[in-house]
Amino acid sequence: MTAFDPARFTRLDHYGHGGRLGIHYHAKADRWVELALPYAADQVGDPATGILASGPIVTLMDMATSMAVWTRRGVFAPHATLDLRVDYLRPATPGETVIGRGECYRLARSVAFVRGIAYHTDPDDPIAHVAGTFMLMDATAKGAAA
Amino acid sequence: MILPPYADLLGMTVEEQADGAPVLLLPFGEPVLGRPGFVHGGAIAGLLEMAAIAALDQALQAEGGGRIKPITVTVDYMRGGRERPTRGIGTVTRLGTRIANVEAVAWQEDRARPIAAARLNYLIERP
Repeated sequence: MTAFDPARFTRLDHYGHGGRLGIHYHAKADRWVELALPYAADQVGDPATGILASGPIVTLMDMATSMAVWTRRGVFAPHATLDLRVDYLRPATPGETVIGRGECYRLARSVAFVRGIAYHTDPDDPIAHVAGTFMLMDATAKGAAA
Repeated sequence: MILPPYADLLGMTVEEQADGAPVLLLPFGEPVLGRPGFVHGGAIAGLLEMAAIAALDQALQAEGGGRIKPITVTVDYMRGGRERPTRGIGTVTRLGTRIANVEAVAWQEDRARPIAAARLNYLIERP
């Protein structure tokens, strides 16, 4: 049982960049949090194909993995993205909602290690795979980064 | 240079040409806000991607054009993006027959103090 509940984190839906892209809560399980990015024509990166730009996918995965960190920590505390890598496994399908599943697979003293996938309907057929790290801003860093 | 709908959504514009590639400008505002007082990392990644594509497209046009598909994007965040405009530029480090390697950097007041940088690899389909 944690104090941070991603389903009740309503700031998500209306605030800032994520709100502008229409990102909202989708689902959660013990080890992950899922957010949804509805398809929108004004987020297209390649007009010839209608495929979404990378930016909205990165934002979706940054937020889904952040929610996974806060869920694992049991608290909403500031952190900063240190790096994020996205592998595009196949093109997203124009018109379909993208689900971003984020997982915090290691929580160290100063650094959270995250990974995730983006998919339409089948997590076993992902559009993208991501790996990243966050610096915990409230941690007291001494010596090694982690 | 015509930017795609996503760039228009965030208010990006092409500011000038520098070092053989376009400089893109991302204004600060509610649509790009992350945690209070900072530009969202996803919006910065979006600027880096648009700057990379703009540089690659320009280089590709000089060789007869072609279509590009992203394979990997890796973003390093060095400093928080504050409540002011952000600029980005791409550099094509290698333009091969099928693969292009591109770097992009984003800064606010001083290009020598980047807030983020990205490496992007693209698949190229030439006509």
